[in-house]
Amino acid sequence: MFDFLKTLDRRWIFLAMLLAVSLPILAQKTFPEQPTLHVRNVFQKIEDLPEGSTIMISFDYDPGTTGELGPMTTALLRHCCLKRHKMLFLTLFETGSPVIDQAIKEVIEDEFAELELKSGEDYVNLGFKPGREVIIAVIGLNLRQAFPSDHSRTNLDDLPLTKNIVNLQDLDLILDLSAGYPGWKEWVQYAASPYGIPFAAGVTAVGAPQAYPYIPGQMLGILAAVKGAAEYEAALGEKYPKYRDPKLNEGIRRMAPQFWGHLLVIGLIVLGNCIHFADRWRGTP
Amino acid sequence: MKSTIPWLIAAATGFVMIAAYFIPAAQGWQGEVGTWFEILAAFAFVLGGANLFAYHLGKISARRAGWGYSGVTLVAFLVTLAAGMLKLGVPAPDRYPTNAWAGDFQFEGSVSWWLYWYLYNPLNATMFALLAFYVSSAAFRAFRAKNTEATVLLVTAFIVLLGRTYAGAWLTSSVPENYSALTFPGMTAIILAVGNTAGQRAIMIGIALGVAATSLKVLLGVDRSYLGSDGD
Amino acid sequence: MVLALWGFGSIESARAQDAALAAPTGLKAVDHPNDVGTSVDLTWTLSVDDNARAQPRVVNGYEIYRSLVDGDEREMVGEVPYGVEKFTDQQCTAGVPYLFEIISVGTGEQRSEPARLAKPITPIRQWIDRSRAWFGVIVVLVCGAVILFTRLARFGKATYVREIAGLQAIDEAVGRATEMGRPCLFVPGLQDMNEIPTVAGINILARVARTVAEYDATLTVPTARSLVMTSARETVQASCLAAGRPEVYDENLVYYVSDEQFAYVAHLTGYMVRERPAACFYAGTFYAESLILAETGNSVGALQIAGTAEASQLPFFVAACDYTLIGEELFAASAYLSREPQQLGSLKGQDAGKLLAGALLIVGCALATWAALAGNGSPAESMLVFLKDTILGRGGAG
Repeated sequence: MFDFLKTLDRRWIFLAMLLAVSLPILAQKTFPEQPTLHVRNVFQKIEDLPEGSTIMISFDYDPGTTGELGPMTTALLRHCCLKRHKMLFLTLFETGSPVIDQAIKEVIEDEFAELELKSGEDYVNLGFKPGREVIIAVIGLNLRQAFPSDHSRTNLDDLPLTKNIVNLQDLDLILDLSAGYPGWKEWVQYAASPYGIPFAAGVTAVGAPQAYPYIPGQMLGILAAVKGAAEYEAALGEKYPKYRDPKLNEGIRRMAPQFWGHLLVIGLIVLGNCIHFADRWRGTP
Repeated sequence: MKSTIPWLIAAATGFVMIAAYFIPAAQGWQGEVGTWFEILAAFAFVLGGANLFAYHLGKISARRAGWGYSGVTLVAFLVTLAAGMLKLGVPAPDRYPTNAWAGDFQFEGSVSWWLYWYLYNPLNATMFALLAFYVSSAAFRAFRAKNTEATVLLVTAFIVLLGRTYAGAWLTSSVPENYSALTFPGMTAIILAVGNTAGQRAIMIGIALGVAATSLKVLLGVDRSYLGSDGD
Repeated sequence: MVLALWGFGSIESARAQDAALAAPTGLKAVDHPNDVGTSVDLTWTLSVDDNARAQPRVVNGYEIYRSLVDGDEREMVGEVPYGVEKFTDQQCTAGVPYLFEIISVGTGEQRSEPARLAKPITPIRQWIDRSRAWFGVIVVLVCGAVILFTRLARFGKATYVREIAGLQAIDEAVGRATEMGRPCLFVPGLQDMNEIPTVAGINILARVARTVAEYDATLTVPTARSLVMTSARETVQASCLAAGRPEVYDENLVYYVSDEQFAYVAHLTGYMVRERPAACFYAGTFYAESLILAETGNSVGALQIAGTAEASQLPFFVAACDYTLIGEELFAASAYLSREPQQLGSLKGQDAGKLLAGALLIVGCALATWAALAGNGSPAESMLVFLKDTILGRGGAG
C-alpha cells in the first residue's frame, strides 16, 4: 500500500478530482456565503452611485475563463440594471466580443426585458479593438480615437449615451473582468491611477493575490473568481430578496464543487506529507 | 550596422516618449506609438501564418512524430480563415441589404459564430479546466514540509484553502464574533491583506526596478543581445 | 440680444421651465490644471430639491450648457445624475473665454431656471505637467543611479553579484540533455517584444543557445508571437556564431505556434510528451499555463529552469521546477550571464533604487505612526499628506 501511494500514478489523482468536482454539480447542494470587505466595497459603490451613472465594463476574458468570470459578469450586470446605470462595454481580448454579446443577451435582453433597455441610450457595446494597454491609454484622453463608432458601426456622436463622453475621465466607475493580460493591472496603470477614476475588478483566483496591494488606493475592491461572484450574489440577495434564490446564482452553485475540490487538495497535501515523513522515518531517500 | 541602427531608433523613440510623459500636449503620443506597434504586429501575423504553414507542412511531409496533429492544425487554420474572411453564413445587414460582406463575421448563426461557440469555446475551457487536475497532482507531489519555510507555506496554504470555502466558516463557526480574526475566513483575510500584500509589494518593487534598469540598458545600448548580435 | 439668448428666451430646445423646481446654486469654474487648455472644472451646490431619499425623486439630474461670452455657440456639454456636484468640460478650446450654466432636471420635461457663471472662464494651455514633477525627480534618481554605476563599472570598479542558482544550472541542464541525447526546450512566454520580460527572456535564450551550440545539443524554441520568433532566430543564430558553430543553427527549430494561449500550451505539452526534452527553460511572461507546462515537464523527467516577472505564477514554478528566477532575477540574468562590467553596474543602480524605495517606506511608516499619535492637524499629518498626495500622488503613480 505504501509503495502504491509513494509511486501513485497521477491519473488516480485526476480521477479523484473529476469525482470531487462533478458529483457536487450533479447533487446541486449549495452553501451559505458571507460577503467579504473587498466584495462589499464594490457592491456598495455600485449601489451608492446615483441612478443613471455611467459605468464602463471591460470584458477582458475569453471562453477559457468564463467558468471563473462568467458568474460575476452576470451579477455585476444584474446590479447595474437594477440601479438603471448606463453601461459601456468593451473588450481588449481578440476573442472577447462574443462574450459581451452573450452577457447582453442573457441579462439585459432576457432577464431585464421588462425594463426595455435600449442600445445606444442605456448601454453601448464598443466591441473589440486591438492594441491592449495602448487602447486604455488612448481612450483615457480621447474615446473616439480608438472607438469612433460602436460595435454596430454607429457613430458615437449619434448615440445619446456617448455623445457627451470625451474620454474615460467622464465615467463614474470602471469595472474590469480580467483573466490576465491585458487586464486589471493595465487599467490601474493607464486609467484608474493617472486620472483618479473609481475602479474595481473581477479577477481569476490565481490573479487575486497580485491585486491586493492596489486596494484601496487604486482599486475599490476585487471579486476573486467564483468565490468573489458568490459573495457578490450574496450581497445582492441581502439588498434585493428576489436574488436569494440559488437557481439565479451561478456563483453560489459553483462553490459546492470548489468546496470539495479544496478538501481533496488538502487531503492530497496531508497524504503527500504522510508519505514524506514515513519515508524519512524509514530512512529511504 | 545590424544592431546599431535598430538601437538608435529604439533609443530615440524611448527617450522622446519619456520626455512626452511630462508634456501635456505630447501625452497622446503614447497612443500613436502603440498604434504603430500594432500595425507592425499585424504584419507579423502574415509572417506567423506563413511560418505556421511551412512548419506543419514540413512535419507532415517528413512524417515526423505527431504529423497527424499538424494535419488537424492546418485544416483548422484554413477552415477558420475561410469562415472569417469569406464571412460564410453571414446575412446582409439592414443598412446594406444587397451586400452580405458588410455584415459582422461573428453574426449569430454564421460559420465563424458556430466555430467559436461549439469548437473554440469548449476547447479553450477544457484546457483551462486542466489546471484543477495539475494543481491537485502538484499539491500531492511538491507540497512537502521539508524544512521550516516549506512548513510555514504548507500551513498558510491549509488555512487559505479552508478559508476560501464554507468548510472554513463551518469549522470555526463557534468562535465569538469579537474574535472573528481567529476563524478560517478571518485568518485568510489577514494572510491575503497583510502577509501576501507585503510580499507582493516587495516583489513588485524589485520587478519595477528591474524593468526600469533593463529598459534603460536597451535605450543606452548597453545590452543588445535581444537584437541578435552585439557586434556590428 | 445677450439677455435674450441667456434669459428665458434661450431655451431653444423648447423645453418647458417650471419655477417650482429649484436650480443649483454657487456655480464656479476653474481652469483644469496640467492639461492642454481644453478642460474647465465646474462645481456647484446641489438644488435644494435634490434629495436622494425623496420618493418620487424631484431632481433626476443636471444639464450643463456652455457658450461663448456673447452667447453664441450655446450647447449642452454634459449631463450628470442627481447628487453630483462637479463636472469637467473637456471640449473647450485653449485661450477662449466661456460662460457656463446649469439646470436642474426633473421628471419629464421639467427644468429649473439656469444657474449661471458670474464671469467668463478661459482655459489655459500648460506646457509642463507639474503634477508629475516629483515622479520626474524619482525617475532621474533611479535612472541616474543606473547610469552612474554603469559608467563606474566601465572604469573598472568591481561589482559583487550574488550567485543565482537557476542561471548557474544552465550548463548542467544542457549537459544533461547532451548526455541523454534529448533536446532542450526554450519557452519565451506569451508576450510580444514590446514587453521587457520578453526581452529579458530572449537575453537568457542567447546564453542557452550558445551553451547548446558548444555542447552540440539540440534546442527547440516555439514562440507565441511571430515578432518574438524573428528576434529569437536572430539571437540563436548569433549565439551559434559566437560559439564558433554557425553550421549548427537551424531556423526551423525556432518557429511560431499561435498567439492563442491554450493552443500554444497544447502544442508545447504535446511536444514535451512526444520529444521528451531533457531540459526545459521558461523565461518571460506566463499566466495560467505555467503549471501545465511545469507539471508536464516534470512528468517527462526534464530538468526545469523557470523565470518570470508574473508574481502570481511564481508559486507554480517554484513548486514544479528545479530552479526558479524570482521577479527581478529574470532581469538580472543578462548581466549575470554576460559578466560585462557595464551590465553588472546596472544591477548596482537597481539596488540604489531599492534603497530609495526602502527609505520612502520607512519615512512613510514613521510619519503615519507619528501622525496617528499626534492627532489631526499635526505637522506629521501635513508631511504625510504631502508625501502621499504630492510626491507619490496621482501624477507620480501614473
